[in-house]
Amino acid sequence: MEKTTQNINYEDVVIHVDKVSKSFGDLHVLRDVDLQLYNGENLVVLGRSGTGKSVLIKLISGLLKPDQGNINVLGEVVNILDERDLRGLRQRIGFSFQNSALYDSMTVRENLEFPLVRNKRNLTRTEIDKEVEEVLEGVGLSQAINQMPSELSGGQRKRIGIARTLILRPDIMLYDEPTAGLDPITCLDINSLINEVQERYRTSSIIITHDLACAKMVGDRMVMLLDGKFERQGTFEQIFDTEDERVQPFYDYNFIV
Amino acid sequence: MPNLRVINLVKILASENLMGRKIESLLIEFARIHRFFVRFLRELVTPPFEFKEIIRQCYEIGWKSFPLISLTGFIVGFVFTKQSRPSLEEFGATSWLPSLISIAIVRALAPLVTALIASGKVGSQIGAELSSMNVTEQIDAMEVSGTNPTKFLIVSRIIATTTMIPVLCFYVAGIGLLGGYLSIAAKDDMSLLSFFNQVFESIAVKDIFAMVLRAIVFGFTIGFASCYVGYYSSKGTEGVGKAANAAVVSSMFLVFIEELLIVQILSFF
Repeated sequence: MEKTTQNINYEDVVIHVDKVSKSFGDLHVLRDVDLQLYNGENLVVLGRSGTGKSVLIKLISGLLKPDQGNINVLGEVVNILDERDLRGLRQRIGFSFQNSALYDSMTVRENLEFPLVRNKRNLTRTEIDKEVEEVLEGVGLSQAINQMPSELSGGQRKRIGIARTLILRPDIMLYDEPTAGLDPITCLDINSLINEVQERYRTSSIIITHDLACAKMVGDRMVMLLDGKFERQGTFEQIFDTEDERVQPFYDYNFIV
Repeated sequence: MPNLRVINLVKILASENLMGRKIESLLIEFARIHRFFVRFLRELVTPPFEFKEIIRQCYEIGWKSFPLISLTGFIVGFVFTKQSRPSLEEFGATSWLPSLISIAIVRALAPLVTALIASGKVGSQIGAELSSMNVTEQIDAMEVSGTNPTKFLIVSRIIATTTMIPVLCFYVAGIGLLGGYLSIAAKDDMSLLSFFNQVFESIAVKDIFAMVLRAIVFGFTIGFASCYVGYYSSKGTEGVGKAANAAVVSSMFLVFIEELLIVQILSFF
């Protein structure tokens, strides 16, 4: 089930998080965090709930602003971009939300068309249909094209959410808890899809999760967020080769308990 | 951006205990409303425009309100006429009923009733819809896909309320007058033609103008207030309920304040 790492360029950094801190009131979520994502890599960010994993990818996508530090994405410093430039950069970043965030008043087709027609305004109707069908086929849900999000299962919604981000052909994918709330078999499907996306679309990805099976299956490299800092990083084995009491329960719960 | 500076300044002042927390949150709220308004104005005039969504919202807000508005407008006209009759009867002046109700409906009741019904129906709908989109991260999803949620969600809804409420207001005035006529016709022998002759003799162009002005102001207010509370609602399912409630309450409150101000201003003309 473990993946083989190919096409990663360790000399090309696509995301550089440089000494970033973020607080909400008195709660210091991230403290002087440093992180690099290399071209073509799947980087898994592990950590307990509430440790700021989702905050990190919201900072990367510009949904939140850091209190300190800089975030460089594809050569642009996200935290100083104005709205228009940020919108342009976001076309190159795909964000898969924990709860899929499908537009529930629109059909699957309309969900996929929504970003496409607004970012590529010169496309013809035929080209739009072709793009939508192609990306839906890529996630294995061509038959759901006219369904409403409420008619889909959790796994299908995740897939459509991923398809919606892929339709703009992003260079970077950010996955927020891609397997949360799904049964084990659907988790496997989603993990395979993440690997397929990496291979097929040549994306570099950050995957936020506390599902170690997912981490092991999709990650080329892993980092663990502990007390607002990345204290451990490396391969799956390197991360858990420790007596640290903050780390071991993760492994025990996922593989022993 | 200047607003962000103001918000940060206020936060610093509050953290230094130089200001009470309530004043802090009030000032932050004002700064946020100002930022929301500026963003709305900017997106209103900047292409591309979301024509399809504007039309869809006009349908949702305007057309789908017709049944409720029809019933309410008719009842208001009918009941107002019925309640006014005894007072005029004392002076033997029931023939003035058409003039009385036309002035009352056009100058005050039609815009106010339309606005209050719209605050309840449209305001809660917009507040709850945007809030639930906020809770389920649909607004964030729009942001990160390089699209503009302000243009798609906010501008379209505010344009729809600002244009549709004047249309509904005209309709309420018409249906209210019809209700008034039926109330009169139930007791007196009066034709519809002579009723409307008296109605049009009583109302002036400036009354119509004032009615439209009120309806536009109320429509904008309902759209803006509902979008604002929905867009900035707190997370969680409780936030959706609170946003729907706040949209109705704030819209109605602002409508009454504006009515008071507009009446004062129009009294100078």
